[in-house]
Amino acid sequence: MVDPLLVDLSRLQFALTALYHFLFVPLTLGLSILIAMMETVYVMTRRTIWRDMTKFWGVLFGINFALGVATGITMEFQFGMNWAFYSHYVGDVFGAPLAIEGLMAFFLEATFVGLFFFGWDRLSPRAHLAVTWLMALGTNFSALWILVANGWMQNPVGAAFNPVTMRMEVTDFMAVIFNPVAQAKFVHTVSAGYVCAATFVLGVSGWYMLRGRHVELAKRSFVIASAFGLASALSVIVLGDESGYALTDNQKMKLAAIEAMWETEPPPAAFTAIGIPSLTDRKTHFAIHIPWVMGLIGTRSFDTPIPGINELVQKAEARIRDGLIAYDALEKIKANRNDGAARAAFDASSHDLGYALLLKRFIADPRQATEQNIKDAAWSTVPGVPWLFFGFRLMVLCAFLLLGVFAISLWHTIREQEAPRWVFRMALLAMPLPWIAIEVGWFVAEFGRQPWIIEGVLPTFLATSELGVWNLMLTIAGFTALYGTLAVIEVKLMLEAIRTGPAITHVIDAMAPGRPRPALQPAE
Amino acid sequence: MIDFLFSYETLRLIWWVLLGVLLIGFAAMDGFDLGVGALLPFVAKDDIERRVAINTVGPVWEGNQVWFILGGGAIFAAWPALYALSFSGFYLAMFLVLCALILRPVGFKYRSKRPDAAWRERWDWALFIGGAVPALIFGVAIGNTLQGVPFHFTPELRPIYEGSLIGLLNPLALFCGLVSLAMIVMHGAAWLSFKADGIVSQRAKAYGTGAALLTATLFALGGLLVWAGLLGGYKVTSPIVWDGPSNPIGKTVVADAGAWLANFRAHPALWAVPALGVTAPLLAAIGFRTGQEGLTFLASKLAVAMIVATVGLAMFPILLPSSTNPGHSLTVFDASSSRATLRNMLLATLIFMPLILAYTAWVYRVLWGKVSEKGVEDAGHSAY
Repeated sequence: MVDPLLVDLSRLQFALTALYHFLFVPLTLGLSILIAMMETVYVMTRRTIWRDMTKFWGVLFGINFALGVATGITMEFQFGMNWAFYSHYVGDVFGAPLAIEGLMAFFLEATFVGLFFFGWDRLSPRAHLAVTWLMALGTNFSALWILVANGWMQNPVGAAFNPVTMRMEVTDFMAVIFNPVAQAKFVHTVSAGYVCAATFVLGVSGWYMLRGRHVELAKRSFVIASAFGLASALSVIVLGDESGYALTDNQKMKLAAIEAMWETEPPPAAFTAIGIPSLTDRKTHFAIHIPWVMGLIGTRSFDTPIPGINELVQKAEARIRDGLIAYDALEKIKANRNDGAARAAFDASSHDLGYALLLKRFIADPRQATEQNIKDAAWSTVPGVPWLFFGFRLMVLCAFLLLGVFAISLWHTIREQEAPRWVFRMALLAMPLPWIAIEVGWFVAEFGRQPWIIEGVLPTFLATSELGVWNLMLTIAGFTALYGTLAVIEVKLMLEAIRTGPAITHVIDAMAPGRPRPALQPAE
Repeated sequence: MIDFLFSYETLRLIWWVLLGVLLIGFAAMDGFDLGVGALLPFVAKDDIERRVAINTVGPVWEGNQVWFILGGGAIFAAWPALYALSFSGFYLAMFLVLCALILRPVGFKYRSKRPDAAWRERWDWALFIGGAVPALIFGVAIGNTLQGVPFHFTPELRPIYEGSLIGLLNPLALFCGLVSLAMIVMHGAAWLSFKADGIVSQRAKAYGTGAALLTATLFALGGLLVWAGLLGGYKVTSPIVWDGPSNPIGKTVVADAGAWLANFRAHPALWAVPALGVTAPLLAAIGFRTGQEGLTFLASKLAVAMIVATVGLAMFPILLPSSTNPGHSLTVFDASSSRATLRNMLLATLIFMPLILAYTAWVYRVLWGKVSEKGVEDAGHSAY
């Protein structure tokens, strides 16, 4: 039995380092594309204002990128450090997308990011543009592969447990790559990154417009950000990843928890706009329902029922009983690898083996489990309903607010010479929204996956390394101190660069030797 | 042919070679920018000199570091048990490495954002730590690996590590850390002498000569320690099933003081690798004195490759020996991924590695030429 405190600390450390890492990633994802789009306009029109915009937003991109890279290193190694049993148990499947991420994405992104900053005077405009797009492509590829890995944790397709090697092994790698949950997550996550960067550019440009500074640059940035942001926000909302929630029992449980839907309703189910879900009473108080909406969002159909929490717990109980057959057979195979009868029994029930492992929270040997243990284990598949219920609503609220911000911004910039001041003020105020939505969104996705680290396969509480608790306390304190310091420095540098404004890149151009270039256009 | 190439045992051998290629890639590529970090306070005294040193690696260190990240990912994918055991076993050491490596991206990027001297001085020390600490700790990890690491598996194959941080920092492991540090400093100096101009290049040559001589001496001394049986030695005594299931329980391995030399004794041609591990640094030392900058860097690269390869060849087929339960040691034939994963990953590597090498070569060509004080000043804010 693993120390519960160790499990909690391991989870806390992963949550802290991952959420912190993801403060920087979405801005990198979106800003790389926005910068590449600006540079494309420069190369097509040769109007230097667009090159100045590329360089200025590039400076901010670089400050952000450095911390994204720094904190990404932790992510790659934390699985082995804190989740050794997990790493052994699923490394055969989970490791491959991480390695391909390195091969296909990290090398591309990291090799060309250096040339993006250092290559302005060494490359022709077209070659530099190609470098910028390759960097943006690499950044977005990395999101694809990490979400293939994460999607497999949510919906572990294309793999089976091998009782001889005592781990999950890949049976269909194409199924792992084209996992529908992973695909939905990828589109949703990169779109969220684009929204984040668009909001950032919109807010900073709005601030310049309010101050009447760098108006030429700010005006153009404002237009491009509002158009890009509107398209991305629509993509985030319409292609939200709840489309993957109909697929597996745990995903269904997550959906039911998000909606605090205890009982299965006749389709199409009503959407609970707001209410107060209670885990102890197993019902939602003061619920306000909107008919049909939930069924339509969750299943994209009128006649597919969405199972409620109580029904899913019943199902989990049945799967635990089936899993016990697999567990018992596995113990026999461990004693005698050539036990044919045990092997046949195992193969018939191995897809439920993970459910028997849930019992280990309540009893050391699941084969000795009582009826009460089985009931408790079945109810342990229900995640923290109120957290998910409110978290999801906060995320959706932020998304719709942002959609409005982009629509209003675009409307005014298209129709008028210059948008009214309140639009710029609104853009400035909207800046924190994407980060709130994104962090809460990850919380809903991962907290909603509990009690599983790999849904239906491996419970989180079994997955850690065998470490002394004080090891975790030391590293959590260390990461908090280091990350905290770096966050303060990063924000300060970001604000300094924004305050200095694009003028800084003109100074550079005037100083740079060599190639002739078109006359500088004053920024203001 | 395809059947042979994709048989389980061939795939395991290929992935053992690729593990070596990745570690050598990391040591040879990221190694020189770690070395530049470790040398920064010594080869460059004032701000402009430091900027020259930093800008020799400024545009490329990020790509180089991916060799390390990819190394982690590839070990996870191809040798999951090794990934699980080494990273959790060396937990606090890995934490120190992470903290040091985290300082590098921000050090490189943020140093130039403010002109004030104290700010820049602080980041210079961050870059020094970011270079020297990983170089030392990776060597310490190799030292522990050679000696054997205290771990065992439960019947569920849950890895249990029984050692402590203090145990990791034993004198012989620290000695291996020094070999690694000397090697990385030599490599960084070779790069600086090749890529930097003026006084930074001159100083790098002086430090490089010392580091190269030290590398050759310490590496040879390490060979003597192995020969004397002080740096471990394990051998597999049960019959090896090369295409058997990946379950590290159920074989027999014994500690045997001379075993790390057995492969060389069985195949004397292999002696060429450690021999080059000693002579290549000596060649680099000569190169530093005679000013053959390009050749010195190549000699240093060769030295790094041969020193890393020596460790792998000495231990084959063992990857990570257990000192407390040698039978549970991880080996090439019982710690790999499944055949399907090894094959899929090999295909991915065959597709992407040539692309990576091609565009990396293109980037180095674009950036060809020495970094001088004037060049850095002229580049203004687009340089670090």
